[in-house]
Amino acid sequence: MLSLDEARAAAAAVLDPELPVLSIADLGILRDVAMADDGRVVVSITPTYSGCPAMDVIRRDVEDAVHAAGFDRVEVRTVLSPAWTTDWLTESGRQALQDYGIAPPSRRTTSTGPVALSLSVRCPQCGSPDTRESSRFGSTACKSLWVCNACREPFDHMKAI
Amino acid sequence: MTMPALATYALRLGDDALVLSHRLGEWVTNAPQLEEDVALANIGLDLLGQARTLLSYAGDVEAAGRTEDDLAYLRDEREFLNVHLVERPNEDFAVSMARQLLFSTYQLALYERLQDSADPTLAGMAAKAVKEVDYHRDHATQWVLRLGDGTDESHRRMQAGLERLWPYVDEVFGTDDLEQSLVADGIAVDASTLRAGWDGYVDGVLAEATLTRPEGTRTPPGGGRRGIHTEPMGFLLAEMQHLHRAHPGASW
Ligand SMILES: [Zn+2]
Repeated sequence: MLSLDEARAAAAAVLDPELPVLSIADLGILRDVAMADDGRVVVSITPTYSGCPAMDVIRRDVEDAVHAAGFDRVEVRTVLSPAWTTDWLTESGRQALQDYGIAPPSRRTTSTGPVALSLSVRCPQCGSPDTRESSRFGSTACKSLWVCNACREPFDHMKAI
Repeated sequence: MTMPALATYALRLGDDALVLSHRLGEWVTNAPQLEEDVALANIGLDLLGQARTLLSYAGDVEAAGRTEDDLAYLRDEREFLNVHLVERPNEDFAVSMARQLLFSTYQLALYERLQDSADPTLAGMAAKAVKEVDYHRDHATQWVLRLGDGTDESHRRMQAGLERLWPYVDEVFGTDDLEQSLVADGIAVDASTLRAGWDGYVDGVLAEATLTRPEGTRTPPGGGRRGIHTEPMGFLLAEMQHLHRAHPGASW
């Protein structure tokens, strides 16, 4: 008899196709893995952005992964609320992004005070805080484009939302 | 055919997002700089995601078996319920940036309120999208400031862009019995109540951009919410729908 934990582990290990160093668990978009009364495994995921084109691929990859773990019937549901925020990114996920060359998002919780704090984005290559945004929109909906003034390298930054 | 009021309301909001998404897609490879191609494609993608949620939901509520694709690709012009502002042609880049400011300021105010809707799907869609649209409004604001308070030529064209689209603003804040019936149930937002906040924000941006709020423009009769559209809408739909209709049922 297969346990729900095995289904959960299989789903959690699926990688985001656009950020292939992050699992969907690290990204914080895996919401729930449950067993329905009829034995189906029901996996709930939530999109990062409304139009994220990776969602269709992730849905298929989750189905395949849970099937491969030995579960015959899998249903992947998309839930919208509560809405995803970058604060759901795990600590290991943030580190993986950084190592991959993408500056992780600053934490939203730092800007809830009376004065909105704009923390500088550190260059993932050299670590310098002397960086500037070159475009608010990057190669995917979740990223913006930055340039490091110290080492001159351009880099992606995952936007805090 | 009469749809339930809730389905019609979801279609109205979904069609606004879908049609504007298409217009933004037309800028890809045509924007003034590469970063702007990427930015407008991203904004269009956000809107397309919102449209997919809203059209799917309209189909579910209608319960006649129509999917998001059926609603996007197989309805004719008279069945589209978007406002005219989103269907007008792109023309000059400044016209498009004027539209982005005028529309995203409205849409942000709408979604901020719709987050508290008694309808969980509309509330969830709005709570998700409100952060995206905040970004859209910021992007538009930056461009309107840059062009308005830029060179003589950019100022002239930004002002012309505003004049071009200003006549379509009133329709956006129109309300009707259908909307009011859903407002009474705590489901919909009364669009007319969003106007004051919109005026405040847009006026602030125009002042900072040294632009003049257009006065005395002729207001066309509107009718988008009832399926009556301006001439460019048919051309837009022809382009948006022809592939799907030429290959019924194709998927990839
Ligand atoms: Zn650097």
